[in-house]
Amino acid sequence: MDPFLLEALLNGVLLGGVFALPVLGLNLVFGVVDVIWLCYAELVMVGMYTVWFLHTQAGWPLGLAFAVCLPAIAVLGLLLHLLVVRPLLGRPPINQVLATGGVLFVLQGSATLVFSTDFRSLGVEMPPMEMGEVFVSGTKLAAFVAALLGAAALWAFLKFTYVGTAIRAIARDREVMPLMGVDPRRIYLIASAVGGALAGLAACLLVVQLDMHPFVGLSFGPITFMICVMGGLGNMLGGFLAAFLMGLIVSTGGFWWNTEMSYVVAFLFFILVIFLRPRGLFAR
Amino acid sequence: MVGPNGAGKTTLLRVISGLIRPRVGTLRYGGEDLTTVPPHELPALGIAHVPENRRLFPHLTVEENLKVGAYAKRARPHFAARRDHVYTLFPRLKERRHQLAGTLSGGEQQMCAIGRALMSGPRILLLDEPSAGLAPIVVRQVFELVRHIRQEGLTVLIVEQNVAQVLRVVDRAYVLETGRVAAEGSAAALAADPAIRRSYLGVH
Ligand SMILES: Nc1ncnc2c1ncn2[C@@H]1O[C@H](COP(=O)(O)OP(=O)(O)OP(=O)(O)O)[C@@H](O)[C@H]1O
Ligand SMILES: [Mg+2]
Repeated sequence: MDPFLLEALLNGVLLGGVFALPVLGLNLVFGVVDVIWLCYAELVMVGMYTVWFLHTQAGWPLGLAFAVCLPAIAVLGLLLHLLVVRPLLGRPPINQVLATGGVLFVLQGSATLVFSTDFRSLGVEMPPMEMGEVFVSGTKLAAFVAALLGAAALWAFLKFTYVGTAIRAIARDREVMPLMGVDPRRIYLIASAVGGALAGLAACLLVVQLDMHPFVGLSFGPITFMICVMGGLGNMLGGFLAAFLMGLIVSTGGFWWNTEMSYVVAFLFFILVIFLRPRGLFAR
Repeated sequence: MVGPNGAGKTTLLRVISGLIRPRVGTLRYGGEDLTTVPPHELPALGIAHVPENRRLFPHLTVEENLKVGAYAKRARPHFAARRDHVYTLFPRLKERRHQLAGTLSGGEQQMCAIGRALMSGPRILLLDEPSAGLAPIVVRQVFELVRHIRQEGLTVLIVEQNVAQVLRVVDRAYVLETGRVAAEGSAAALAADPAIRRSYLGVH
């Protein structure tokens, strides 16, 4: 096979791994709380600045900055739920869309005020790895492995713990949960914190790959939402698979044409899916 | 508890298990007023409710449904023992423990719903029309089960349309009509009451 195509395919898989985390986080929150966090990519952006600030400005070791970013964004998710989402629960959905959309602008604006619109980068790069005929970025490979580990941890949490099982149950039937001894409000809080933690992990993996600026969320936010819809909103496995599909489309699109064109192809594919399978690729 | 459609039987059970708050009146259980207790704390107090239409989690396995039933902190340490007890009550559930609850037969789903309620270790079990939509043989099994559960020392409050059959497995019965108790007494007395026989037992 053409080594360049092989490299594009490989990069697509690696990219899919990174898309998967925010997709899982959004789906988790949507499945449980029934609210779409429009500002999800901006939570990731805040996480990226957190790592950048702690590492380059405060001089912390990178590992420690990562370790702080995860719980910090988890707390941000918690606050988002407590301050913005909870007061609007039970209202028509447009309210929550507008409110979390408002948070998006607040976060972008705050980041601009604090950090200006300058592009920043962490300046960390791992040596590329040679696999047969193709070269893979060591950074991307490490990010991919970390993303898979994060997804696996989430899976184990949802599959084996009491809270995780209740999270999967509540996504289907909210009303009977108190009969099981479950306080739905507590489950909402936990899901929001886990959703935030996933954004924090995504931030750690993106900050080593992307230059950041207050609007960096725009470069992966829209595609994250597209993947969620393609996989079926709230469908974790569907979203996970769709993330890899989208990664392959974007990356091989760049091989056949060019990077800008690859996003056009991705959007066209998305529109096609919405026409043919409006409830998601994997809806039964 | 028996009564015509729309009498308020389900509503009463939902009030007892806290899904609805009464606008007036009190609800006493062991001297405690339950109307101020948050609904999710009621299972820990010993009240379990098998809702109308079972309301299983169809996309979870049988065993995962049981696990959700044992969610309360106080129930978790007893998970394995209670699950095994449920499996001895319903050997079919054990055979199907890794199967999705949505793929069970109607009778098996009812067993699973009752098993899920037993996982919290209740002292009172509320059953809302457990025999609805089941084949006659399975209906008989459900009533056998009610008899068995009672022998284990649980109090059962059962709402039923199968009046003749349910009167054979209970001590006391209440007839609810438009939200009021229209008649009450021992099961034997009600089964002998001419008015009840005419309205609910199809005897003219
Ligand atoms: N005490 C009450 N005061 C006012 N409305 C009530 C009361 N009890 C029940 N209702 C209303 O009556 C309707 C029927 O109640 P419910 O579902 O409890 O009846 P049911 O006896 O369970 O009927 P079915 O046999 O069909 O299951 C509902 O709309 C409920 O809100
Ligand atoms: Mg009813």
